[in-house]
Amino acid sequence: MRQLDINGIKAAVKDSLAQLGTNIDPKVEQAILQAQKEETTELARDILTTLLDNYYIGRRDCLPICQDTGTAVFMVELGEDICFQDGSLTDALQEAVREVWQEQYYRNSILRDPLFDRTNTKDNTPAIIHTELVKGDKLTIKIALKGGGAENMSALKMLKPSDGKQGIREFVLETIIKAGGNPCPPVIVGIGVGGNFETCAILAKKALFREFGSPHPATEWAELEAELLQAINETGVGPQGLGGRTTALSVQIETAPCHLASLPVAVNLNCHAHRHCKISF
Amino acid sequence: MKEIDITLPISGELCRMLQPGDKVLLSGIVFTARDAAHKRICEYLDSGKPLPLELKDAAIFYAGPTPARPGKVCGAIGPTTSTRMDRYTPRLLAEGVKVLIGKGKRSPEVTAAIRSHGALYLVAVGGAAALLSQCIISCETVAWEDLGAEAIRRLEVKDFPCYVALV
Repeated sequence: MRQLDINGIKAAVKDSLAQLGTNIDPKVEQAILQAQKEETTELARDILTTLLDNYYIGRRDCLPICQDTGTAVFMVELGEDICFQDGSLTDALQEAVREVWQEQYYRNSILRDPLFDRTNTKDNTPAIIHTELVKGDKLTIKIALKGGGAENMSALKMLKPSDGKQGIREFVLETIIKAGGNPCPPVIVGIGVGGNFETCAILAKKALFREFGSPHPATEWAELEAELLQAINETGVGPQGLGGRTTALSVQIETAPCHLASLPVAVNLNCHAHRHCKISF
Repeated sequence: MKEIDITLPISGELCRMLQPGDKVLLSGIVFTARDAAHKRICEYLDSGKPLPLELKDAAIFYAGPTPARPGKVCGAIGPTTSTRMDRYTPRLLAEGVKVLIGKGKRSPEVTAAIRSHGALYLVAVGGAAALLSQCIISCETVAWEDLGAEAIRRLEVKDFPCYVALV
């Protein structure tokens, strides 16, 4: 068994959470810069310039790039041969959120109950923790600050197998067009295909954690990602939904085997303020 | 891009000159109100309780900022999705609200109400909250602190950038 000290893990998670709020992924910034050069309307270019200025100010002034500092989402890949010393991983992750939200002046956005007690928990907990057991003695923690606006525009559909690739394409485009400016385009589109109802949604979330802009390892899926990205950028939704060529920056698909009767598809949207990272131990 | 300066409260004459897609720079007083504050405003109106803000000619910004760091006026601030306020908006427009600031499309009913009341719907850039924070000169929580990020704040803004969506 490999022993891992929980205090070291918590410190690393806190550091990542603090960085994510104010520092955009350099690859996203690069993609926006490129898109700004290629936009044909003055309005779309102006919005993309504003986003670039905002990333700069966020870094310079240590201010969150978006006021919605989001739900903290963790995807933990836990090696079966690990045991933790000096505490619980679950507690460490929740404490990290509680402390960082206070120390970094992030906004508390989590309510106690979705319907009957919509009062604020005042420390942004509970964070959402997905855990997957993996073979070996490695621990990987993927971390995201996930805003509500883009999450609200996400969707899942149980397609018929006969709907095929065309069905997936139509559902993705319908989701993007319906979302309009709400998810703060240009967006990053995480898509899950396969698995069952809940796995498909988690795959879409997992797709957002993949390195920004990295294609699916299988050629046919990578081609579908490229095809969807092009189709999304031809919808004309544009930056902030005010028209233009830049509706999405990346389409990332994750897949899983599925039942012979099914073709589940989930679309998890993320805003341009893409705050995802990964730490390994 | 050409920018049009607007001093709040906006005059009817200036409002009528604006076109969708115009960039404007707002200066003056705006009040923040999101979902929970809208719900409460309408409950107060229903029961005849006095409101903590004057709705006539007001500008409402759908926003909940991050807490300000010590010595700073305001934290990061930016628009939230406007359509969640659609259920309450016709009521607020009937009470005289003139300017709405958020992001995304409005319902057909709200679009019609904005036009019939001669009001203005502006879109601010979402995910530009560090930049927009620089346009806030003062920020004061005026009511309903129990709503946390959703409390009503009175902001004085200077050259706050927005785009005209509906007029």
